[in-house]
Amino acid sequence: MSRKKLSRREFVAATALSSAALVTAPYIRGAYAAGTLSIGFWDHWVPGANKASTELVNEWAAKEKVEVTIDYIPSQGNKNLLTIAAEAQAKSGHDILQMPTWWPHAHAELLEPVNDIMDQLVKQNGKVNGTVNYLGQANGKWLGVPASVGSQIKGPCSRIDLMKKHAGIDVQEMYPAGSPPKDENWTLDTFLKAAEACHKAGVPFGIGLGETSDNVDTAGAIFQSYGAELVDAKGNLTVKTDAVRQSLEFYKKLIAFLPPDVSAWDDASNNKWLVSGKGAMIMNPPSAWAVAKRDAPQIAEQCWTHGFPAGPKGRFAPYLPFFWNIWAFSKNKAAAKSLLVHLSQPASVEKMVVASGGYDLPAYENLTKLKVWEEEGPPKGTLFSYPDPYHRQTLSIAASPAPPKVAQQIYAQATLTKMCLRFAQGEAMEKTLAWAEGECEGFMRS
Amino acid sequence: MADVALHPNRVPATKATRRRNGLHNALRRKSTVAFLMTLPLILLVAAFVIYPALYSLHLATLNKSMTKFIGLGNFEFLFKRDTFWLVVKQSCIFAISAVIFKALIGFIVAHFVHNVPANKQRRWRGMLLVPWVIPPAMSTLAWLWLFDPSYSAFNYTLSFFGIGPIPWTGDANWARFSVILVNVWYGAPFFMIMYLAALKSVPEQLYEAAAIDGANWWQRIWYVTLPMMRNIIAITTLFSLIVTFANFDIVRILTAGGPLDHTHIFATWAFRVGIEGSDIPLGASVSLFMVPILAVAAIFILRDISKRGNEA
Repeated sequence: MSRKKLSRREFVAATALSSAALVTAPYIRGAYAAGTLSIGFWDHWVPGANKASTELVNEWAAKEKVEVTIDYIPSQGNKNLLTIAAEAQAKSGHDILQMPTWWPHAHAELLEPVNDIMDQLVKQNGKVNGTVNYLGQANGKWLGVPASVGSQIKGPCSRIDLMKKHAGIDVQEMYPAGSPPKDENWTLDTFLKAAEACHKAGVPFGIGLGETSDNVDTAGAIFQSYGAELVDAKGNLTVKTDAVRQSLEFYKKLIAFLPPDVSAWDDASNNKWLVSGKGAMIMNPPSAWAVAKRDAPQIAEQCWTHGFPAGPKGRFAPYLPFFWNIWAFSKNKAAAKSLLVHLSQPASVEKMVVASGGYDLPAYENLTKLKVWEEEGPPKGTLFSYPDPYHRQTLSIAASPAPPKVAQQIYAQATLTKMCLRFAQGEAMEKTLAWAEGECEGFMRS
Repeated sequence: MADVALHPNRVPATKATRRRNGLHNALRRKSTVAFLMTLPLILLVAAFVIYPALYSLHLATLNKSMTKFIGLGNFEFLFKRDTFWLVVKQSCIFAISAVIFKALIGFIVAHFVHNVPANKQRRWRGMLLVPWVIPPAMSTLAWLWLFDPSYSAFNYTLSFFGIGPIPWTGDANWARFSVILVNVWYGAPFFMIMYLAALKSVPEQLYEAAAIDGANWWQRIWYVTLPMMRNIIAITTLFSLIVTFANFDIVRILTAGGPLDHTHIFATWAFRVGIEGSDIPLGASVSLFMVPILAVAAIFILRDISKRGNEA
């Protein structure tokens, strides 16, 4: 059998032809040409809210030819915190992981900086609030993109009828839907008088003093209204100050007008308090109202979410943001950044806020006047003031402005509510302060 | 005559053949087979017990940001914290009192069940085991509802008798009582079933001999039953002490350590510090602090058992 030999001339011709064919042939992109991306999102409380996120991600994935997988991780039982800790330890896991409040700072060294996309998003959507700046950046490095999903203000949700009847306050008039609030007289003194009146009428305010987030957030806002910080921004101990003493004195008076069991309250207790119809006010995002709408519509019709009372140092409202973070060990950072930009477009943000029934709050200045908050009800306009559309409040988080890694300990250990309880239960002021100072000293370890 | 067969043509055994024979012999040994059969379990224990234990030891020697080896620095830090000593005290109160009550109730109930006619015993055993077979996270949620600060079913019932409301989870002492009560409710059936098995193995002749000697009910328990059950009591107590010290779910669900940290035990405080406070090394140190306490208890109890074994 003879074998045909390839001559040099034929080889050159064949190579040239193949190269020309390859260069001129149309580029055919495969279904997942841009790789894969795994995402760990927070599992939303509101039924159907996850669907909006899934749709947005799929829409982007189809356009960008990326294969995506989404896990919705609940915060019940702190499953999201455990996932964050596990992935940080293993240095492996999702490409994008949604983290609440303190966690981006806690893992700052393991996160991919997103300054490039944040500059672009801030230009497009407006400035972010101070709490997002405080929690989202470390040494000028953006640790994540603020997520509208899950971010919330825990302001007062009042009963229109009970506040009018017992405290003489018309919350709808004070915070009208569609126009700026008339909140000049809505101060901590007015709040305390209203608390006393409602307590006397048998419908006390439902403000917890347990060790969970809702309880700590309210205490944080009230402390900040007095200018009270346990640790300042530079990391100095500032427990033994008049501002802290004033806050404790205020809380001691307030506790006398609260239900007797508030020391054992968790994050569900205030919701139950509102839905049961036993109380005139709680401090919560609109989830409690949404539950009431389903389970006790006659109570939901009387609910009005509005701004926090002002203290001597200003009007502070507890704001808890979530962030979308990219791990430094992610294998598809470019795709992850592209997706986060897509999710932060005004249309995407609006879609997610609408799906959450107005629960989610975007961090950007230009996105606090969406139609959903005007229209949600009953009563119509009940959520109008929820996103603080006229920027009347300083959105803050308890324990700030302490360095975030110290503040996280103050927050997690509920030092503020413990101080309030100790003092209200009869401990001497200086003893309570000394205890808190000792705790904070311990939190400073690096 | 020599009993060795000579094979002049046979090639001397190669190294490979010798190795194969060695392997064959090893496989024929009972100990090797036993080792191979337990290997999957050994691997599981190594992966899920030994590795995490060693890893937590490693974590406990790191600083908060996990960038530096600090030796025993975390323990030194803990020893200076008041909250840590509060947790140590509470863990001891929780574990010791819960184990005592579980053992006592288990012993009494085991006697009752032992005296139930044989044909009805199975039903009683099944019913009494229910608390132990329900996952504690689920049953504790039911208890949480019963103890709810605002809508406690217990308080509702007590109000008909003019009692209460009792701050089941809002007052430090009541909260401690509540978490111990739930732990006793959950764990007593385990003691009951172990003691019941031990009771059934006590020879009837001993009781007959005691009866002939004129022993009363109490003397029969003190001089016959208890000595015969000593080993099982010791083992059960040790096992329960370990499990109760390491408890997490009951306290976490019922009080989350509150009020004012007065129900925190090692595991719940370790979770608070390590996971919620993002200080994993300190959390690991808190949880490791259980080891020496339990090791001392284990040494004393096991030494006592082996001493009695030798005497026997």
